[in-house]
Amino acid sequence: MNEFFTLMKSELVITAIIFLLLFIKIGKGMKNDSLLSLVQALLLINFIVGFFFNKEGNLFGDMFYTSSLIVFQKNILSLGVYLISLLCSDWLKKTEHLPEFFILMLSALLGMFLMISSGNLLIFYLSLELATIPVAAMANFDLHKKRSSEGAMKMILSSAFSSGILLFGISLIYGITGTLSFAAIPGQLDGSTLQILGFVFLVAAFAFKLSIVPFHLWTADVYEGSPVAVTAFLSVISKGSIAFIFITALYKVFAPMQDVWYMMLVIFAIITMVIGNLFAIRQQNIKRFLAFSSIAQVGFILVGMSSGSNIGITAVVYFILIYTFSNLAAFGVAAVIAEQTGKENIDDYKGLYKTNPFLCWILALALFSLAGIPPTAGFFGKLFLITAGATKASFTFIIIAALNMIISLYYYLRVIRAAFMDKNESPIGKIKLGIAVKLGLIICAAGILLVGLFSWIYDYINSLS
Amino acid sequence: MEPGLYHILFLSTALFFIGVYGFLTRRNLITMLMSIELILNSVNLNFIAFNKYLWPNQMDGLFFSLFIIAIAAAEAAVAIAIIINLYRSHNSIDVENAEDLKY
Repeated sequence: MNEFFTLMKSELVITAIIFLLLFIKIGKGMKNDSLLSLVQALLLINFIVGFFFNKEGNLFGDMFYTSSLIVFQKNILSLGVYLISLLCSDWLKKTEHLPEFFILMLSALLGMFLMISSGNLLIFYLSLELATIPVAAMANFDLHKKRSSEGAMKMILSSAFSSGILLFGISLIYGITGTLSFAAIPGQLDGSTLQILGFVFLVAAFAFKLSIVPFHLWTADVYEGSPVAVTAFLSVISKGSIAFIFITALYKVFAPMQDVWYMMLVIFAIITMVIGNLFAIRQQNIKRFLAFSSIAQVGFILVGMSSGSNIGITAVVYFILIYTFSNLAAFGVAAVIAEQTGKENIDDYKGLYKTNPFLCWILALALFSLAGIPPTAGFFGKLFLITAGATKASFTFIIIAALNMIISLYYYLRVIRAAFMDKNESPIGKIKLGIAVKLGLIICAAGILLVGLFSWIYDYINSLS
Repeated sequence: MEPGLYHILFLSTALFFIGVYGFLTRRNLITMLMSIELILNSVNLNFIAFNKYLWPNQMDGLFFSLFIIAIAAAEAAVAIAIIINLYRSHNSIDVENAEDLKY
């Protein structure tokens, strides 16, 4: 019984917060301001609890599995949700249904936690649905905006379709191996054609959720339509959790099929990086721009993933930690500006440096980190991903990845040029930053600068994987 | 002749691809949702057939299909709520009319 509480502590804390919010909603209700501060405090507690009572073990007959690495991954996700609640507080204070928003967001987070520690295809499927259905409802949270409902419609239809494909793949794998447990499947795999077919269906579903290129079409529309808080959640937390479970699925469950998925990842990585970069160049809306840039980042994650060894796991987890900080900083700046002025186009950012130097520096830092320029942590993240890819890959593949980093510089620097150098007759006015937003931006900036410089963080992740 | 595993697999695979075809060609949101239900039902058939013919000792497949039915209901509920909201703003449930977001 004691083991139950220590192993499932993250899930239990989240569930407790969800119930507390439900009771607040049913009862008297609270003013948005005080409720938001309460939720921020609870999320901080949730993040801190993640560091204590770490144990490794199984529950429910191998259905649930946890280890230090999985706890670390959960901590990254908790930190991301805490930062979102800080960065988007301007928008959150104005929404009519604040408790519902957090109930949906935390249910999705609970689903992601269960998904990362799942040890069985059944619990994996259930938690994947728990992680996607609430997000579709969240995407529709600007109820009166046409674009929000259109984005939500695209999200629910494509995610339902992709889970249908996932299920078909799972059913084929069940038919061949006769088991659903992650531990028992690898022993049954011998690389027959039907197994590869089932595996391809499974990977296609993962590619949908991770927006790898031939399956990425929903991404930009959903990102543009949803409120910025939801976009940030989708691009960082959702992506991160799917990447974690994808790596488990490939390295543990489908380890005997490494030859098959190695080539698959190489091809996916190349087209994802190229298409993501080329489409990002022509975007005008900052949210769409960040959507395509996040697609390109997924391409880089795949480069690291293709290594198939522990170096790959370390590099991907380390990169996602950095990506959380840098992408959330960029979204935080976009959220503040969109909420106070309603402007979302890159051209509107011209002359931002004259009026809002602080925001501008944070934006520059975030974009430099996403592009991978040395003093920021993004450089080290990319470096380790490409090193991990180089342990296995042919050098053409690595050269293509490096060339894509150069292409990505062009469009990241375009935004920075607009903000710092371009002249504008009527730039965005002085923007008032609340304490919460400021705190969130400073945490992100500190993360971007420090994670790369402290080598023990990488060593720590390396010791876990 | 007794129907065997192959007959059921043929049926379920045909159902799956009919669902995919319907999802890709139909333009009415409710019909697209129905196509997804077809896909999920074909998967249910698959699980039950595999369980009965190949692995009759455990009940894994049977329970999986029960969970799929429950999840499909939840998914349809959220999807229909979103479609109703879309109808309020667009006055139509045709995907061709929801085209503000492009490229």
